[in-house]
Amino acid sequence: MRFEEEALALADQVYRVARRMVSTREEAEDLVQDTYARAFRSWQSYTPGTNLRAWLLRILTNLNVDRGRRQQRRPDETPLDEGDYYLANRLAEQAGEQALDQDRAVERLSQDTIVNALAGVPHDFRDVVVLVDIGDFSYADAAQILDVPIGTVMSRLHRGRKILRQSLAEEAT
Amino acid sequence: MTDEHQPCDKCEELLHGYLDRSLTDAEVRIAEEHLDGCGYCRRRYRFEESLRQYIKVSAVERIPSGLLAKLEQLRAADAS
Repeated sequence: MRFEEEALALADQVYRVARRMVSTREEAEDLVQDTYARAFRSWQSYTPGTNLRAWLLRILTNLNVDRGRRQQRRPDETPLDEGDYYLANRLAEQAGEQALDQDRAVERLSQDTIVNALAGVPHDFRDVVVLVDIGDFSYADAAQILDVPIGTVMSRLHRGRKILRQSLAEEAT
Repeated sequence: MTDEHQPCDKCEELLHGYLDRSLTDAEVRIAEEHLDGCGYCRRRYRFEESLRQYIKVSAVERIPSGLLAKLEQLRAADAS
């Protein structure tokens, strides 16, 4: 398969990650379009047989940073006190321990609530959560895409997930 | 048992690593031995697992067909 076809076959997956990294659908569309324009120009720098989806996301992430969408301060590193059961505990307090047993326990949260809470997670943490939990990238791929050490991926992922769940707990209770 | 507080704390710490399959074999054993006897933690692991799935489903937005057409055009321009 030609490089372009292979890349185009991944467009839906690239878009779904892009969509959650930026605020609006228009931004996501522009970003994906610019990504493919650059990818088609510089396909020689892609090594066949390596992860093309990660290569495309690396371009996309660089473009996104170039746009200066996050000239923000160092991300907040203050510790979050709540543990990883926080959201489940809050739902259990509200609806009873047995409510957690139901398959539909998570549906107490609306899908809009999830999307809004995700959008509220600061960029540096959100990017990692989006790559790993929505894009299904490994820690190693996420590290390569974002050009940060794998330890940074793991700590941002943990913090990002925590921020997301705390804000879901606030929404749900 | 849920009143053995210390193991539940440890199990809570291992939650994400367990679901990410990023724990060491020794840690997996600690988590699973605890989960075997603790319904409280089991419920929370299961809840987090379905939450992750639900987040993924909620967050997915398909690529707009107009954008896909534009990308096809980029390729055509590139090929010519």
